[in-house]
Amino acid sequence: MDGPVARTTDLVKRFDALTALDGVSMAIEPGKVTGLVGPDGAGKTTLIRILAGLMAPSGGEVEVLGAPAGQKLDDLGYMPQRFGLYEDLSVIENLTLYAEVRGLPRAEHKESFDRLLDFTDLARFQDRLAGKLSGGMKQKLGLACALVKAPRVLLLDEPGVGVDPISRRELWAMVGDLTDQGIGVLWSTAYLDEAEKCDAVYLLNEGKLLFDGPPGDLTGKVGDRVFRVTGFKDRRRHFLTRTLDRDEVIDGTIQGRSVRLLMAEDAPAPTPESLDAAGGTVEPTPPRFEDGFIERLGGGPKGTSALAERYRDIPENDQCAITAEGLTKRFGDFVAASDMHFEIPRGQIFGLLGPNGAGKSTTFKMLCGLLTPTSGSGAVAGHDLRRSRADARASLGYMAQKFSLYGDLSVRQNLDFFAGAYDLDRKTAERAIAAMIEIFELKGKLDVNAGTLPLGFKQRLALACAVMHEPPVLFLDEPTSGVDPVTRREFWTHINGLVEKGVTVLVTTHFMDEAEYCDRVTLIYRAEQIATGTPDELKAQAGKLAGLDDPTMEDAFIALIEEFDRKREAKEAA
Amino acid sequence: MSGFSPRRLAALVRKEGAQILRDPSTFLIAFVLPMILLFLFGYAVSLDTSRTRIGLVLQDSSAPALRLAQAYQTSPYFEVTMARTIQPMREKMVGGDLRAIIVIPSDFGAGVKRGRPPAIQIITDGSQPNTANFAAAYGEGVRAQWAAAEGLERNPGAAGPPVSLSARFWYNPELKSRYFLVPGSIAIVMTMIGTLLTALVVAREWERGTMEAMMATPITMVEFIVSKLLPYYLLALCSMAMCTAIGIWAFGVPFRGSLLTLFAIASAFLMPALGLGLFISSATKNQFVASQIATLAGFLPTFLLSGFIFEIASMPWPIQAITYIVPARYLIPSLQTVFLAGDQWGLILPNIGVMLGFGLFFFTLSFRVTRRSLD
Repeated sequence: MDGPVARTTDLVKRFDALTALDGVSMAIEPGKVTGLVGPDGAGKTTLIRILAGLMAPSGGEVEVLGAPAGQKLDDLGYMPQRFGLYEDLSVIENLTLYAEVRGLPRAEHKESFDRLLDFTDLARFQDRLAGKLSGGMKQKLGLACALVKAPRVLLLDEPGVGVDPISRRELWAMVGDLTDQGIGVLWSTAYLDEAEKCDAVYLLNEGKLLFDGPPGDLTGKVGDRVFRVTGFKDRRRHFLTRTLDRDEVIDGTIQGRSVRLLMAEDAPAPTPESLDAAGGTVEPTPPRFEDGFIERLGGGPKGTSALAERYRDIPENDQCAITAEGLTKRFGDFVAASDMHFEIPRGQIFGLLGPNGAGKSTTFKMLCGLLTPTSGSGAVAGHDLRRSRADARASLGYMAQKFSLYGDLSVRQNLDFFAGAYDLDRKTAERAIAAMIEIFELKGKLDVNAGTLPLGFKQRLALACAVMHEPPVLFLDEPTSGVDPVTRREFWTHINGLVEKGVTVLVTTHFMDEAEYCDRVTLIYRAEQIATGTPDELKAQAGKLAGLDDPTMEDAFIALIEEFDRKREAKEAA
Repeated sequence: MSGFSPRRLAALVRKEGAQILRDPSTFLIAFVLPMILLFLFGYAVSLDTSRTRIGLVLQDSSAPALRLAQAYQTSPYFEVTMARTIQPMREKMVGGDLRAIIVIPSDFGAGVKRGRPPAIQIITDGSQPNTANFAAAYGEGVRAQWAAAEGLERNPGAAGPPVSLSARFWYNPELKSRYFLVPGSIAIVMTMIGTLLTALVVAREWERGTMEAMMATPITMVEFIVSKLLPYYLLALCSMAMCTAIGIWAFGVPFRGSLLTLFAIASAFLMPALGLGLFISSATKNQFVASQIATLAGFLPTFLLSGFIFEIASMPWPIQAITYIVPARYLIPSLQTVFLAGDQWGLILPNIGVMLGFGLFFFTLSFRVTRRSLD
C-alpha cells in the first residue's frame, strides 16, 4: 500500500476539564521511523492509545491501515509503556501467548520465535520468567511480542525510558531493521536526542503540535545561532548566569568546562568581547533538536535565580559536605551497591549516573539515612550516618523521584506540612512559605490539589518543599525526569544559584546532558563505581577508548560500560 | 473485529492456568485455607451447647430451697457456683465468669409451706444473647421439673400426667454442629475462590498494564472473560471436592445425596460468585480496592447472612430481607440438604434457579463494565 499506514486528522481528546490532544494531524509512513516527541503529559500516550483503538477520540478522524482504529488489530504491533509482559510466564510462554492471540499459524511459530530470539539476543534466556529479566531485556521481549506476527504498523510507547544507553542503542538498531522491511514505526519519547534519529518528527506540547517534519528542519532554523564558549575566566555557573541575563541570549547550558549558547533570531554572532569573556573563545557548534524546541517554546529562563538570591550563605568550612567510605548494601545474596567511595566538597554538584537498577538509588538512600549500610560509613554535613542519622537528615533537603508530594493535599497544605516537618517555628515558617509562593509563582495554585498540578508545577512545588528550611545539602533523585526543557532549565537555574551560595548537591540522573551540570560524576553499573571524574575527564577517557573525537556524555557512558564488560568477561574467562 | 476464536481462548486459558500454578497465594487460598477453615470449624469452634456456668444465690436454708438448689447442681446443663449473697456473683458475671445468676429468695421455704412458692429470680448476661436465652429457658425448666416433683403447680383439674413432650431431631440426631459447619465452609471456600481470587486476577491485569497490551491484540472481550472464569471455576470445584472428601473421611459427616447433585449445586453457586468477582475487578481495576470490596460484598455476607453461622429465622426482619439477595443463602440449605438429607430436588431446584438468576445478573453487569477501552 502506498501512502501512510496510519493517520489522524484534527484529532481531539478531552478528559473532563483537561484537553489531552488539541487538533493533532499526523501520519505514519511505511518504512520510516516517525517520532512522537514531547515532555510527560504532552499527550503522546493518549495519541498512541487512540491509534491502537484503546480510546475513542472526542473529535477528529483516525485511520489505521485504511480502516477506523481498532479494526485491523491483526496487522498492528503495540508495545505499551510497561511492555505488557506477563511476569510469571517465561520468555517463550509470553511469545507463544502473543503468537496465539494474534493468530500466527502454528507451523510458523518456531521460525518466528527463533528469528525474534536471535534478533533480541534472548535465546539464552527463553525459559526465564519475564519478571526476572533486566529492564533492557524486558523491553526487547516486549518488542518481540509486538513483532511476533509481522505487523505493518508498530506503535512503541516510550520504549527508551529508564533503559540503559546500550540497550537503547540496540533497540534503535532493531527498529532500523524493521523499517527496512517496510514496517511503519511510531516511536514516542521524552528524550529530545532521540528525535534526531527519526525520519520525521511530531513535537507535542500540552496537546498541541509545535512542529512536524524532518528533525533537521527544526534544528536548521537555529543552525547558525548555537555557539560554544570556552576559556572564560570566571566560574562556569557564574558565567552562565550572567550570560543568560543578556537579552540576546535565549538559552544556555553548561557542557563540562564550556557553555553552550542559543542566540536570539536577529542577534549578531557573539564574540568573547561581546560576552565579556576576554581571553575565551567562541565557536559555532552543531544545533540539537532541543535547541529548536526551546526556541519554539519562546526561549529558556534568564540566569538569575530568585530562590538563590534569598537563600542564606552556607558558611565555608574545611570538611567535605558529603563523604562515602566503602558504602555497601547487600540484600541477602544480592549486592545492590558495593564499596562506594566519594567525597563532595562544599558548593559542588556531584552526579550519580547509571541505568535503572544499577545501584544509584540504593547509594542515595544510604546517604539520606533511609537505608542502613551493610558495611562502610558515610557522613552528611559532618554528621556520621551511623551515629547521628537524625542530625544528618535534618541538614539535608530531599527531592524524591517523581516528586513525592501529598497528591490529595492542596499546594498550601503541602507547604504547611513540610514547614512543620522541618520543625520551623511559626514566624520562620510563614516567611519561608510566603517566599516560596512568590519565587515559584504558586499564588494562583494555592488551593489546587498537588496531585492534579501540571508536571512542571509539581516539580517546582517539590523543590520548594525541599529547600524551605535552607539546608546546606540537597539530594535530588531524578529531579527533571519527563519535564519539558524550559522547566528543566528553570530548575537548573535555581540549583546553579544555590550552589553558588555554597549548597552542596547530590543528584541521580539518567539524562546524560544533565550530567554536564555536575562538577564531578560517578558512573554506577552493576552495583559498582566504574568511573569517577569531571564530565570532561570522563568524555576524554571514553574518547580514547572508543576513538571518538568529540564524544557526548552518552558516548562516554556507553564506552565506559563496554570497557567494564570486556574486562569482566576477560576476568571470567581467565 | 474478528469473531470468537477457540484457539485464542485456549491460549488465554493455558496462560491463566500457568499463572495459577505458579502463584503460591492461589494455592494457599484454594487448598491450605480451606483445610484451616475445616479443621477450625471441625475441632476448635463448636456451636454445641455444653455446661453453662451459673451462680446460685441461696438466701434461704429451708429444705425445699436446698432441694431446688440441688436440682440445679445435678442438672447436666449447668456448672453451679454457690453463694449466700448476690454481690460476689455480680462481679463474676461482669468479669464473664458466669453467664447467669439464679436467686432463691429468703422467703422461699415459707412460701412453699403455704403452697404458693415465690418466684425465683434469673439474671442473665444479655451481651451474649444466645447463651442468655439458653440459660433463662433451661433455668426455668429445672425449676418447673423440681416443682412437678414436689407436687406443686399441678393443674388442679388435670388428673393424669401432663402431656410429655419428647423432642427428636432428624438428620442430625446428635445435633453435632460440625455436620452443618462442613457444608458451610464449602460455601466460604467457594466464595473466596470465586469472588476474591477472580476479583484480584482481573484487577492485576489492569494494574500491570497487560490488559492494555491484550486489548491491542485481536482478542474479544468474551474470550478474555471466559478465559478468566474457566480456570477459577475448575479450581473452585477442586477445592470443593477436597473439602467434601475431608468432611466425609476426616470428620465423618454423612453424605446422603449424590455427587452429581453436589456438583450441580456448586456450579450454580459459582456463577454468581465468579460473576461478582469479575464485576468488582472490572469496575475497580485496582487489586487493593477489589479485595476490599470482594471481602465486603462476597465474603462477609456469605459468612454472616447465609445462615451458616447465624440462623436466618432468628434475625430481625430487615436483616432477614437482606439475606434474600445473598446468593450463599440459597447455597447453604442446598448443601446441608445434599449432605444430611439427600437429593431433595423440591428444595434444591428452586435454590439452583435463584443462584443461576443472580449469576446471570452479575455477568450482564460485568459485560457492561468490561469494555474494550481505556476511556
